Amino acid sequence: MRHFPRFLALLAAVVLAGCGKPDFSDAEKRTVASLALSALPSLKPDTTNRFADVPAAAALGSTLFFDQGMSRDGTVSCSTCHKIDRQFQDDLPQAVGVGHTNRRTMPLAGVARDPWFFWDGRRDSLWAQALTPLENPLEQAGNRTAYAHYMKARFGERYERIFGPLPEFSGMPLNASPLGNDAEKAAWNAMSGAQRDAINGVYANIGKAIAAFERSIEPVPTRFDRFALDLATGAEAKGDAAFSQEEILGLKLFIGKANCVTCHNGPRFTDNSFHNTGVPPVADLPPDRGRIDAVAQVEADPFNCLGAYRDGDARACGELRFMVKDGPQLMRAYKTPSLRGAATRPPYMHAGQFSSLDEVVAHYAKAAPSVEGTSEVHPLELSDRERAALVAFLKTLAE
Amino acid sequence: MASLWRYLLAGLGLAALLVGILAVVYLTAPRSSQPAGPDVSRTKNTDNGLFVASFLPERGVVRQGELESWLLTLKTKAGAPVEGAAIAISGGMPQHNHGLPTSPQATDYLGDGRYRIEGVKFTMSGWWQLHFAISATAGSDTVLFNVVL
Repeated sequence: MRHFPRFLALLAAVVLAGCGKPDFSDAEKRTVASLALSALPSLKPDTTNRFADVPAAAALGSTLFFDQGMSRDGTVSCSTCHKIDRQFQDDLPQAVGVGHTNRRTMPLAGVARDPWFFWDGRRDSLWAQALTPLENPLEQAGNRTAYAHYMKARFGERYERIFGPLPEFSGMPLNASPLGNDAEKAAWNAMSGAQRDAINGVYANIGKAIAAFERSIEPVPTRFDRFALDLATGAEAKGDAAFSQEEILGLKLFIGKANCVTCHNGPRFTDNSFHNTGVPPVADLPPDRGRIDAVAQVEADPFNCLGAYRDGDARACGELRFMVKDGPQLMRAYKTPSLRGAATRPPYMHAGQFSSLDEVVAHYAKAAPSVEGTSEVHPLELSDRERAALVAFLKTLAE
Repeated sequence: MASLWRYLLAGLGLAALLVGILAVVYLTAPRSSQPAGPDVSRTKNTDNGLFVASFLPERGVVRQGELESWLLTLKTKAGAPVEGAAIAISGGMPQHNHGLPTSPQATDYLGDGRYRIEGVKFTMSGWWQLHFAISATAGSDTVLFNVVL
């Protein structure tokens, strides 16, 4: 009988080992670690914009970003839609500048890390992106010659300290642009090639200054990141880093059965790619085919990476050189948005189609077919409890 | 009687020990051992046996979400380098029913049957396929490489 205590001890050890089973498998732990903000590499230099990390350029860019003078009627700036106290977005289903647009304003945290810009990727650099709303008649509605004149009148000295001498403006029209109204187009066409190039150069520098400022807008650590850090180090989660059972279930679904992490991967929760997920169109908006129509736009953009206004060499242009130009998968494909902070910025999707995360999760579970093209999403059986858990987890990315 | 008890207890102890060892093995074993996945060999005969192809990342490592260069090396069965080949690349993720996120291209011939394939990008983990259509003086053939991230 003297062996009996030993036997009991062994039995207890086996039972306890069973109880001590970790909540997350090693594969799950690796996935969680890959999503944590601590896995985000430092921001790479942008060789296409030699002013990207010049503080004076970022300071001028910041001034321009908030300056309503940067619009046709002096009422709209970048910050009208990209609101500094609202994650640089505007809470509206579609952005409203000088007119009503057809797309949701995108938030800006980590934007300098994107390979493509806008929901459809119709621009290929942050500085080329910044130029586009300036001339869009529904956004800032100005024209590039007017912006160049404005730079000289308002910021001439600051501009020249950063970018060098402004061109000679005498004989240049006040309003001219290849994208403007008929009069502006005619004025643009009447300009010499050298004049157009000079204006485009100033215009590109405006974009480069704004981009230099936007590079400072980065994602901030959240409850999820604190949880992930404790999971990685094996430390006991304390305070708000401890997840509820519901949040843990949501995280496990996110990286498991619900397949969210397939596209929402990496520390920014995006694969930086374009997908048709069957999001329905909005009734009163113009037709919107997403990525398939953006390909020609980015190729035609004179400010794209292969154009004359890029700094550095063309090795930086891989995304544009090797982009997918056609194929059925581009139809109604839109960029995977980051999910950081998403819980506190409804509505959702490229035209604000869904007003809550519950609706978003319900859409992905149902996986309705796309009105055009083929949705990549497959239907998924999720209980009410599981849907609520997914939403609970998403909230940890915004706290 | 006493010795019978002792044997019985020893037997029980051994059984418990066995259970314990099995439990330890079970609990420490890798949780999701990969089910028999696709063939990920980096060197293959092309589908009609015309060439021997190998496909390797130029910098040795594969990083998700980055544009990368790979090297496709083409040799004849006899081991001679295949020169002047025209190469068309397609592919995608068979389990997600979508194509590649980029259009990789053969951009350079580096000699010794080696072709630089630029613009390869894997945006998500999982099973990717890259399909090469190769056309050279010896004829045309195809080969498929699987990449699992």
